[in-house]
Formats: sequence, structure tokens, C-alpha cells
Amino acid sequence: MATAQKPSQDIPGTVIFDGKLAIRGYALNKMCYSFNEAANRKAFLENEDAYCAKFGLDAEQRDAIRRRDVLGLIAVGGNVYYLAKFTGIFGLNVQDIGAQQTGMSVEAFKAKLKAAGS
Amino acid sequence: MARIVGGICTSHIPAIGAAIARGTQNDAYWQPFFAGYPPVREWLAEVKPDIAVMIYNDHGLNFFLDKLPTFAIGAAPEYRNADEGWGLPTLAPYPGDPQLSWHVIESVVAAEFDVTSCQEMLVDHAFTVPLALLWPDRSQMRVKTLPIAINTVQHPLPTPLRCYKFGAAIGRALASYPKDIDVVVIGTGGLSHQLDGQRAGFINKEFDLMCLDAIVSDPRALTNYSIHELVELAGTQGVELINWLVMRGALTGKVTKLHSHYHIPVSNTAAGLLLLENAA
Repeated sequence: MATAQKPSQDIPGTVIFDGKLAIRGYALNKMCYSFNEAANRKAFLENEDAYCAKFGLDAEQRDAIRRRDVLGLIAVGGNVYYLAKFTGIFGLNVQDIGAQQTGMSVEAFKAKLKAAGS
Repeated sequence: MARIVGGICTSHIPAIGAAIARGTQNDAYWQPFFAGYPPVREWLAEVKPDIAVMIYNDHGLNFFLDKLPTFAIGAAPEYRNADEGWGLPTLAPYPGDPQLSWHVIESVVAAEFDVTSCQEMLVDHAFTVPLALLWPDRSQMRVKTLPIAINTVQHPLPTPLRCYKFGAAIGRALASYPKDIDVVVIGTGGLSHQLDGQRAGFINKEFDLMCLDAIVSDPRALTNYSIHELVELAGTQGVELINWLVMRGALTGKVTKLHSHYHIPVSNTAAGLLLLENAA
């Protein structure tokens, strides 16, 4: 039988996006979900403050958005699938944000991935 | 009666869709990945299935956190792709088969799997990339599709055991469909990868290779893992292995591996491919 879930703190460098984080990050994720539409991406770029205010981001979330800080956004409830739509606005793919989160250069991050296959 | 002729598991990384759009499949980076697919395409050209049941997870195109079903089944005449926000070209709609969809919905709900039915359902890269890999020429693609979305976004996720049992219910539903059609069941996603957190870039080759074997010969063993253990061993997104378990559950006949392929890395991911024949 499947075992009960253990606390997410068990896995280093890993956040389990559960109900608690889904509540914390709802406004932030809702804004990022809106970036599926090109018109919304454009509206964000034209007036970032107004766009964040429209979705009701709190001060911590607004700050993490301003800094384009993926780990910071995760800490305030951001889910990576929605955050990818935010970072996509700036042409950042999952290897770019992987490098950012691990404090590596993109080239070093790619080399690490390649090394996992050997 | 409908026949389940086989099952396929394949990764669905968006970067694959971008490589296809750019036509860079033969570049040094991509060639070792795309080289895995011709045997599966040849098998599909020979078997000519009428239906592809797509077991996948939506990444925030059709579903948001306002209403997020654990299991959702498409029941639409066609499934539209749309902009996911980061640059993949939008592809033409995929034909569905509402009559078959409702048969499956009625059958699995009767078997106590209380799914969400969707008469409109946008399909994201987890649906479109595998189809582009398996049927690269859309003009020759005759297969209709039946999308089944599994929640891998917001925990709690369905347990691996529950997913395997859901697959078995889908298999029974398909087998009881009165029309004479051939069905292939395709599980997408995986293998090990993690996009978020300080552990981003995590890949576990040893675990993946074990899974590629166990999915064929001992899928029940994989249902002993908890979701938390899968996250630990395969990464936060490697948990998409549950889509493969749904696929495997649907194959209730004599299962034989016809082809497999494994390549590290594609973007942040260890890419896996399996072709399974399901004989009566």
C-alpha cells in the first residue's frame, strides 16, 4: 500500500506545491497563468505595477516579481509551471531558471545535466 | 469489439516541440534523442490504430488552480492547442471521438473513478509533443484522440497505485467498446527531472533505468512508491511517471517490449521511450 506523505522538508532543495502553498501563491499564480495570452504579456510589460496590483499581489510577491527571482517567487507560493510563463516573457527557459536557482552559469548548469548521463 | 494493440511511453519536453518547429532534429544535440523514434513510427504505420488515448498532465493551459481535477477526460469533437506563453507555435486542432469518450467516462465512473468530463479542453505540449514525435507528418495522421489529464501540478497527487488502477479501469472501458477499432494508449512525461528549487537539474539515471524495466515486467512494484518517494527519486516533475503507470494499467493482455530508448539530457530532463505490444 502507498505510504502517507512525509513532510516536504525531507527533500533538500525541493518544495512540494501543496494546499498551503496554493493558498499562499494564488494571486501570483493567477497573474502568471494570465501570461498564456500575448495581450496580457504586453500589458504587464507596459505597466508592471498596475498589472501586479490588478491581481492583488502582496508586497513580498511584488518584490520577487520585480527581482525576477525564481527561488523568491517559489518561497511566496509560486508554482514553477506558472512561473515559467512569467520568465518566458523575458526569453528565459527552464535551463536559464535552473542556472539561476542553483547559482550556476547556464553553461555550467547544462554541463551538469550532460554529466548526469555518463 | 475494440482492441488495445499496444502502449507507448514518451517524454513530452517543450524544447522537443521547439526543435521540431525549427527543423533541428539532426543537430548534434538533438540527433541522439530523435534517433529513438523511427522504430515506433514504423510500428504505428503497420498497426494503424484508430484511436490514441493520451494520458498526460496539463501544465497550466486548460486548468488553473481555481478548478483542478485529479482525473479529467476529454469528450470533445476536437481538441485545440493554444499559446502556453513561451513561444511554441500553436498547432492545428486534433480530432476527438465523443462517443468513445462518453463510453469511457460512463464505464470508469461505474467502476468508482469519479472523473471530470470536458466538452472543451485545450491540450498543451504534454499532448502535442508526443503526437508530433509519433506522427511527424500531420497530413498522414489518421488517428483520433482521447485526452485523459492527470493532476501533477498541485499536491495531493493521486497515488501511483490509484493511477495504475485507474489505467486498468480505462483498459476495461476500452475493451468493452462495441465498435471494431484498434486503440493505442500513450503515457507522456518523465523520466527524472526537476525544474524548481535549489535541486533544479536533478536527474537519476539508475532509478529511470529501473523504471523502464519495471514498467514492462513488474509495474505493480512501482505502485509501492508514495508520491513523496517518487519526488525524492525522480524529481518534482519526474513524478509524471504516474502517467506511465496509468498507461501500463490499461494493458491487460500479454505485454511484450518491442523497443526502448533513453537519452540524457533533453533540456533539464532524462528522456525515455517505450513501445509495448499488448496481445490478446
